[in-house]
Amino acid sequence: MVTRGFSGRRPPTDNDARIPPGQYLEQGFPVLSAGPTPRVRAEDWSFTLKHGPRPIKKWNWAEFNALPLSKMTRDIHCVTAWTKFDTPWQGVLVDDILADAGIEPPTDFTLAHSFDGYSTNVPTKDLTIGKAMVALLYEGKPITADHGGPARLLVPHLYFWKSAKWLTGLQFTARDEPGFWELRGYHIYGDPWREQRYTNDP
Amino acid sequence: MSEAAQSPWQTAIISRVEKRTPRVTSFFFQPSRPFAYLAGQHVDVRLTAPDGYQARRSYSIASAPEAGETIELAIEKLEDGEVSPFFHDVAAVGDEVELRGPLGGHFVWSSSDEGPLLLVGGGSGVVPLMSMVRHRAARKSAVAVALVFSARIWDEVIFRDELIGLDDRKDGFNLVLTLTREPARRPSDYARRVDVAMMVQAIGRLPAPPRLAFVCGSNAFVSAAAQALIDAGIAPEVIRTERYGV
Repeated sequence: MVTRGFSGRRPPTDNDARIPPGQYLEQGFPVLSAGPTPRVRAEDWSFTLKHGPRPIKKWNWAEFNALPLSKMTRDIHCVTAWTKFDTPWQGVLVDDILADAGIEPPTDFTLAHSFDGYSTNVPTKDLTIGKAMVALLYEGKPITADHGGPARLLVPHLYFWKSAKWLTGLQFTARDEPGFWELRGYHIYGDPWREQRYTNDP
Repeated sequence: MSEAAQSPWQTAIISRVEKRTPRVTSFFFQPSRPFAYLAGQHVDVRLTAPDGYQARRSYSIASAPEAGETIELAIEKLEDGEVSPFFHDVAAVGDEVELRGPLGGHFVWSSSDEGPLLLVGGGSGVVPLMSMVRHRAARKSAVAVALVFSARIWDEVIFRDELIGLDDRKDGFNLVLTLTREPARRPSDYARRVDVAMMVQAIGRLPAPPRLAFVCGSNAFVSAAAQALIDAGIAPEVIRTERYGV
């Protein structure tokens, strides 16, 4: 349905292939969260890998920072319709976390847990083989609290609510268990290229 | 929320346009398929250019769930925006846009939820809070509410007369205005940015500490206001936020 009098301010066409449907290009870096910004001190931070209720391994800040650091520069896509190009992150690939724990992924589903009680679900295969990391640096500097510091998940190929801020751990689950926003009307998977914003979007 | 989830795009006709402040205009939409919603929810609006290019934005609903089939969206004009200038400069009564909703299941309040309730809004961040305030009034709810509303100047206080009218009823709804670029006009109002002392005093207008606090506005505003609430002794779990802007 054409909207009378609307011409739009479309991005340059050479960017078309990089902007998913319904998204617009953002130069800033908006902040979205369900509650106040938790202030998590690095010395109080820890990261726990779990299989169901059972902890597999736990790292403190120093131990986690001793894991191999990788770089990822990616376009990110927020369900509120902004897309930001070439965001530069450094952190620990989920592959390297699993290697340090000495395990193969035990289940097909993962829940990411945050310091403030937030959680989000991601299929395990979307976290491994170089696709996702626990980010510790943005633009070469520690991630600010507003953007999820000291550590956040980065799953750049899914809508950005999946990239949980203030991450405290990953939990392998037997079933695909919806997280915080997935229980509140958002899509169980969240592929920006298929516009999987809300529950029951195709 | 399954009802939010299952709502596909539909057309909605602009049935009324009402200027609220120099920068904010309310657009009233009559959806072709009316829907129920909760106070605090939002809708997505989608505009389509003749060549198929589309832009979509989320806007909070300002009307109360009891207001009938018409949905009020109070839209602030952003000079460098793409969608808000269309509404302010082009859209007129009788025009059709596409709309999807209701959306969002976290930043919502129902009169059946417990109070007291603390609402903190900056600028157009008052819009979803206004839906809650109107919902409370429509239900004649006895839940005690304090709304702290920060605007730059008196003439930019969206819904000002309606809010002051509700405040004057003295039925448990307390309006606390604070202006950041002008002196206060009412004895109980402020003329500064929100801070801990203001939050402590707003909480003091409630008969008991708030069971829920909702904070909405620009990112900088929400960060400052949420921190002020925490410093005023409100537990982080009680505070729900909604932010916009960069």
